[in-house]
Amino acid sequence: MKPVPVLTPVTKTLFTGTGLTPFIIRRLLTAVVLILGITFIAFSVTQLVPGDPVAANLGQSAYSDPDIVAAFKAEYGLDQPVHIQYITYVGNLLQGNLGISLSSKRPVAEDLREFFPATLEIALVAVFVALVLGVILGTISAMTRDRLPDQIIRVFSLTGVSMPVFWTALTAFYIFFFVLGWAPGTGRLEPGAEPPPQVTGMYTVDALLDGDFATASQAVSYLLLPALVLAVFALGVITRFTRASVLEILGNDYVRTARSKGLPERVVIRRHVLRPALLAIITIAGVAFASLLAGSVLIENVFSWPGLGQYAYKSAVGLDLPGIMGVSMIVATVFIFMNLLVDVLYRVIDPQMKDSK
Amino acid sequence: MILSPNTRKTLKALETPTEKKGKGSTNSIWRQPLAIVGLTIIGVWVFVAVFAPWVAPYDPYSQEFDKFIPPSAEHWMGTDELNRDILSRVIYGARISLPYSILLVVLSTIIGTIVGGVSGFFGGRVDATLMRITDMFFAFPGIILAMAVAAALGPEIRNAVIAITIVAWPVYARLVRGLILNSKSSDYVTASSLLGSSSIRTLFVDLRPNISGPVFVLMALEVGTALLLLSGLSFLGLGATPPSAEWGAMVSMGAVNFDRWWVGLFPGIAILTAVLAFNFIGDTLRDALDPRTAKALRD
Amino acid sequence: MTLLNVSDLTVTLATSTGDADAVRNLSFSLDGGEILGIAGESGSGKTMTALSIMGLLPYKGKASGSINFDGKEVLGSSKKKYQHMRGKEISMIFQDPMTSLHPMLTVQTQLTEHMRYHDKMSKSAARESALKLLDTVKIPDPASALRAHPSQFSGGMRQRIAIAMALACEPKLLIADEPTTALDVTVQAGILRLLHQIRDERNLSIMIITHDLGVLSSLTDKILIMYAGSEVESGPARELLSNPRHPYSQGLIAALPGASREGKFLTSIDGMPPELGNFPSGCAFHPRCGFAEDRCSVPPIDATVVSKGHRIYCPVNPFAHDRVEQS
Repeated sequence: MKPVPVLTPVTKTLFTGTGLTPFIIRRLLTAVVLILGITFIAFSVTQLVPGDPVAANLGQSAYSDPDIVAAFKAEYGLDQPVHIQYITYVGNLLQGNLGISLSSKRPVAEDLREFFPATLEIALVAVFVALVLGVILGTISAMTRDRLPDQIIRVFSLTGVSMPVFWTALTAFYIFFFVLGWAPGTGRLEPGAEPPPQVTGMYTVDALLDGDFATASQAVSYLLLPALVLAVFALGVITRFTRASVLEILGNDYVRTARSKGLPERVVIRRHVLRPALLAIITIAGVAFASLLAGSVLIENVFSWPGLGQYAYKSAVGLDLPGIMGVSMIVATVFIFMNLLVDVLYRVIDPQMKDSK
Repeated sequence: MILSPNTRKTLKALETPTEKKGKGSTNSIWRQPLAIVGLTIIGVWVFVAVFAPWVAPYDPYSQEFDKFIPPSAEHWMGTDELNRDILSRVIYGARISLPYSILLVVLSTIIGTIVGGVSGFFGGRVDATLMRITDMFFAFPGIILAMAVAAALGPEIRNAVIAITIVAWPVYARLVRGLILNSKSSDYVTASSLLGSSSIRTLFVDLRPNISGPVFVLMALEVGTALLLLSGLSFLGLGATPPSAEWGAMVSMGAVNFDRWWVGLFPGIAILTAVLAFNFIGDTLRDALDPRTAKALRD
Repeated sequence: MTLLNVSDLTVTLATSTGDADAVRNLSFSLDGGEILGIAGESGSGKTMTALSIMGLLPYKGKASGSINFDGKEVLGSSKKKYQHMRGKEISMIFQDPMTSLHPMLTVQTQLTEHMRYHDKMSKSAARESALKLLDTVKIPDPASALRAHPSQFSGGMRQRIAIAMALACEPKLLIADEPTTALDVTVQAGILRLLHQIRDERNLSIMIITHDLGVLSSLTDKILIMYAGSEVESGPARELLSNPRHPYSQGLIAALPGASREGKFLTSIDGMPPELGNFPSGCAFHPRCGFAEDRCSVPPIDATVVSKGHRIYCPVNPFAHDRVEQS
């Protein structure tokens, strides 16, 4: 990279220094570029393929009326040349304006505020469950390497990542709702129930903030099944990764040192093995979390969960570019920030990385 | 496409040059029980796909039965909403899901290899640009872009394949680039360029075996992912459409009639077994290639 | 009094080509307060011998024979028994201090955790004794060293910390596996001096493993030389170094730079040590040995006692006449 001469020494170290702040600043700048790149990819890919958003969003009769079509195009800027459309979009984006959705006719930001928390809620629960169980199972698997428990856990975790998530959702719904009657049904709350006043958009959290424990427990009962279904895939991934990380760390000299000191195996595992492994595992959990947000597309439809996935589906079918880009950006942002967060954690926790750039 | 953690680990493992190749390592793969199970399942599915007209008890599109007959002696998997025999449809489904998944992986491999090859071979600015683009695709939630493209192209399995290819190639690009960069610095490439062989020759003749192995393993691992994505798009109605006997589309009929459990259950099991089989094979192959695991076993 | 008595120890490891014996029918003993040096090239089974005493053989490794420590049979003990013994009765320091200390735990944690476990010490008591230990191994400013992470120390300092860790629970036996190999030559002498001093102060037995006979000459009471998993020669240090009788030991010592042979070229042994799993039969050294006869490849090779406590495993015993003539 060429040095930029206009920078004063202070700002220069802010960008090129080795400390934590310059590191975060550099990464944030990269993140902005990456997100702009994503809008560009989404824009160009959807422009390259045929498909008429006007036809997708207007009814048959309205579409045959040239005046209505022209008005629709003008309203959403579709009458402009493509590059102008993109520049306008990015210009708005930089001011925090995500545009108006073609399918919902509402500002995309508003839509996202409504739908994103619903998905975030199940994804958070899913990743938490998967992380706890996955670390336990993966550690057991590594410690009993090649013996029966390991074999069983490996087959189970491979099965977890091989299950079509939409089918898992359907099967789980059939068993737990239809046969056993344990699950309450589809949606986020009982039909007609009043959602808690929106703070975070996650019903459980909002209901608790509101002191409404009945609604909170109801929200939990509704979100449990979709969250667990979503957790299956992540569980497989985290279990497998934990096993590999623990095996790798078990081979380190310092673990042999710990054992040579006569520490009980559980102390060796908890203090000397899991502590370093956890960093890597959290990284994976972060990435898994972002892919759960996208993966929920396939299950929200089974559970009638009004989240990001359903919104993404509607935007895609409606060739609603602002909607698609909004969803893509929010997921990509989570993905990028998860990675950033983990890298920062690494630098804070691992003293050896502090010294190196 | 958001890189699944699995894929990440694989990439890392595949990019690392294998310490010792040959000598027993590839042979012993076929002695692994998981790989044998995987190969057997794939074998069964290939057989079923090829000989579908003979294996299937009925015509998969014929609507001559009653609707929603539960599994019985005549209809092992029951019948669906449109009075069709589900077993026959699952059998014919193998003719759609398997070849299209493999096609998808092959297309992605070709694109990824070209991009990664150009990037790794030319290096410098070309490399930097191509890799930034690849990074963007990695950060992109793949299924959402795939959904948009599939919706724009119109619901058809061919279009779903194109849509997924657009988001799936970067994995291969990154792998191939990493392999080339690794090999470039290795002694034997230096040696062969000292011996005066041209760089193009080096790339295509000398490096090919070092690249094709890991790429093949990645392909084996990615067939499962491809099948899941493809059936996922069909499930959403953005891939294969009725009356096509595609497994994902069949599961979506089960979603509409979820109280008739057999409608969605069996096609889903078909997807699961096929994906699982490919993962068994891919996993075994990866462990055979992964030098760290191999080293851990030797220590 | 005999502290450690190893007899007929065989260690089998799983390799990619099948099981292979890394240590074969090894016997030796070590008295209280004694320093034993085990020497040999890498791959000769020295480290596996040490790890089998600790019960820390690598994955799928098996040991057979007998290891008697302090009057009790150790080999095949339960996990619990090994745990109580490790760190408390026998402790070990490893070759590379850059990797043998945990990078993410503070020196204090690593130095006190086993004291607190074995001796049920309180945190403050363990800290007190950790400070004393750091002082013993000559770490400057022990108090701030306790708060630091290993990465803040040089290799030599880290090895001193590792020694302090090994001494924490006052073991009877310290096994040092190539303790100076990864260090600079100038630092090596300091570590060796420290080990010697600790032995004198604490009447500790030390088993030191090395490929460098030079390390042993200044430090040890007894030496055992291994080749391809078997003993080739053992005896009192001074006697063995001045009068080696096995052709392999002769070769090793001739390869040693020393003042006594000033003006002569250093010699080397032709050929390469055999790989694990491909050890030649009989005396494993015979393919590289200038004195080899047909019988050298025929097992078993029996011990020949040269003098009190000094024996060799060589059917030819080519230097026997020198000895007779001399004495």
